[in-house]
Amino acid sequence: MMSVVVKGGLKIWQRRDRNAQLAIWVSWLAATALFVYCFQLISEKTIWAFVWDAPAQAGDLAARMVPPDWGLIRHLARPIWDTINIATLGTVIAVILAVPVAYCAARNTTPSVTLVRPVALFIIVASRSINSLIWALMLVTIVGPGVFAGIIAIGLRSIGFCAKLLYEAIEEIDEGQVEAVRATGATGAQVSVYGIVPQVLPAFAGISVFRWDINIRESTVLGLVGAGGIGLELNAAITQLHWTQVSLMLLVIIGTVIVSEWVSAKVRHAII
Amino acid sequence: MLRIKGLTKRYRTGDLALKGIDLDVPDSQVMALIGPSGAGKSTVIRCINRLVEPTAGSVALNDTEITVLRSADLRRVRRRIGMIFQEYALVERLTVMENVLSGRLGYVGFWQSWLRRFPQSDIDEAFRLLERVGLDHMADKRADELSGGQRQRVGICRALIQNPELLLVDEPTASLDPKTSRQIMRLIKELCAERKLSAIINIHDVMLAQMFAERIVGLRLGEIVYDGPPNELTPAVLTSIYGEEDWSATIRKAADEDPDSGKDSVVPFERSLSDRDRLAGLT
Amino acid sequence: MSISIQTTRHWKKRPLIQRASLRWTLGLGAAFYLALALGTTDVNWNRVWEGLPRGTQFVTAFFPPDFANRWDEIVDGISESLWMTVVSTVVGIAISIPVGIGAARNIAPAPVYYFCRSILTVSRSFQEVILAIFFVKLFGFGPFAGVVTLSFATIGFYGKLLAEDIEDMDAAQAEAVRATGASWLQWINFGVQPQVMPRMIGLGLYRLDINFRESAVLGIVGGGGIGATLNTSFERYEFDSAAAIVLVIIAIVMLAEYSSGYLRRWVQ
Repeated sequence: MMSVVVKGGLKIWQRRDRNAQLAIWVSWLAATALFVYCFQLISEKTIWAFVWDAPAQAGDLAARMVPPDWGLIRHLARPIWDTINIATLGTVIAVILAVPVAYCAARNTTPSVTLVRPVALFIIVASRSINSLIWALMLVTIVGPGVFAGIIAIGLRSIGFCAKLLYEAIEEIDEGQVEAVRATGATGAQVSVYGIVPQVLPAFAGISVFRWDINIRESTVLGLVGAGGIGLELNAAITQLHWTQVSLMLLVIIGTVIVSEWVSAKVRHAII
Repeated sequence: MLRIKGLTKRYRTGDLALKGIDLDVPDSQVMALIGPSGAGKSTVIRCINRLVEPTAGSVALNDTEITVLRSADLRRVRRRIGMIFQEYALVERLTVMENVLSGRLGYVGFWQSWLRRFPQSDIDEAFRLLERVGLDHMADKRADELSGGQRQRVGICRALIQNPELLLVDEPTASLDPKTSRQIMRLIKELCAERKLSAIINIHDVMLAQMFAERIVGLRLGEIVYDGPPNELTPAVLTSIYGEEDWSATIRKAADEDPDSGKDSVVPFERSLSDRDRLAGLT
Repeated sequence: MSISIQTTRHWKKRPLIQRASLRWTLGLGAAFYLALALGTTDVNWNRVWEGLPRGTQFVTAFFPPDFANRWDEIVDGISESLWMTVVSTVVGIAISIPVGIGAARNIAPAPVYYFCRSILTVSRSFQEVILAIFFVKLFGFGPFAGVVTLSFATIGFYGKLLAEDIEDMDAAQAEAVRATGASWLQWINFGVQPQVMPRMIGLGLYRLDINFRESAVLGIVGGGGIGATLNTSFERYEFDSAAAIVLVIIAIVMLAEYSSGYLRRWVQ
């Protein structure tokens, strides 16, 4: 990149040369045009009168939400317990299933790069691209409404996430250590246990706790499609316009999420 | 002329870092500040441009009282004080030129700097300085591609392009090899002489301080315990600054290399080309 | 070394947690929790059993999926999801820059810090769908509510990571710029921005990806995008159409992931 130009004895300095500058301007222009175009399309589908009315509506809604209906809190214990269970058990299932998938997906441990690895990668992408709510939607039609569908949904959604991070961790391990173990004459399984597992264990634990934290948040909505937890109650309260109950549930959700985030941060801190 | 009176700094942890320092630095004097880690050297120079807020006392640069200034005036006085940092403190992801030009930030408006449209005079000056330190061919390199000595030279350019009246130098040689350390110290000394600049140099290395400074101030536990010429640094003085130790190998004999008698010690500005070759060849 | 004394020394791998009491408490606690959680999970195995044929039906629906039957709706829904993704990512990131700067402890004054942190906490605590329910109430059905939802969620994600990145930056580089007499904005532009920029571009692309995936479910609660179509096809047991939609989503996510990796390398 030459951006120092000598012009009539003066050295002109520009941050970039002409072509790079041009490319940047063109990309900005294209990005802006894309944004404006998309906004235009959305704007066509929007009833702007509602939007302008929204602040008033919001004020009205907020007024109806106070004070929260504290009396209900005893009835929320069970839904919150279910929510936490969905997240925890779902994470456990996901973590257990993610290990073999990650092992097959990592370039340095997969049994076959041409056959097994693409399958493992497809499992990861498929699991990651489908939102847990869509998984729940499917599972509710299959296994019926309830906590069970929620657990499986969270599990299926999290396999991809855990496996992706885990296989990246496996690919980043120090090959020297593995080689040293292999040099002792260890079998393949022994190499894994002594050479690979100790290196990825902290990452593995960190990923599990991180995903658990995310899953707490995700499992608060599964009830909307019938998959158990506090979302069920929230949906009912909203459809029946019991706003004081709604506000209490929102507070409970915030509380749970903050606590889980705190726990997850503490545990990750302890591991690293 | 910099005049410091009763400068005191108590950190929020309760540590008293400076206990009423009095110090005058006349124009075009290169002064070295020595002392053990934690003596308050860094705090002294950071209190001068108020990167650290002093607790009490006054700091006046050519009759401008710095300690009472509000934000806009403080920025205006900061641009009159150049600062060179330990470990260079270049913005690593900016190019050499951007780093040097960042020394002009106090003089240009926000949009001008945001669009990198600095006045041509600034750019000329930046090239002149880079040429002076032998780095003008590196203008478009990113700062993190440079070696330690080169980075510190860019740091010197960044400080000098501010057109400062005073240079604050914080451990300029902390992470450089002995040879590069001497080159950098010599460069700072030469540039100060060329521009009639006064400088306060924090430095760990007593020998370098003796070689390149005309005055040495020793700091211990936030108090000045020595203030005098380099050749009066005796083992007794060093003991009072650093504590008991065998100092015989540290103190420079009078007959040793004297920076002022060397033929290339003060290079006039016009000779910058050969100077550049000399510096560029040694990095 | 005492070679002469011939005793057998036992060696066992040292446990991960040194304190025996803590180890047992954690182990038993985990076991107790698992038992309790599994015990209180009601599973209607009859219903599960009944549903299994429907599950196989769903799986077979993928071979082949039915793109044709609802093709127009799929195209409409997917393109609406894509517009929402673009607009919400841009708006969300634009807002999260000031919020993120305000939420960095090392550069923001305390009141600003707490204010911005609380915005981030609220935004991060609620799953997108919960936010969408409220925004649909306020702005009416359609993609606008979805855009507001995703923008708000983007603030929480991007603002928090930006704040953390600023808190982790090299303070010396920023201090050096401040010492030149730079104004606050110049300081941000020269001292802070170059340090956080590369990572933030990568995270922006990542958020684009997340926003697309989330936009696929907002339709379930009326927030626009492909979700409404998907929900309808599930409700009507049109598994082959649902399979088609799911495959389209997977394909787009894969495409986005691939191209964002490419773009990230180009930017760096």
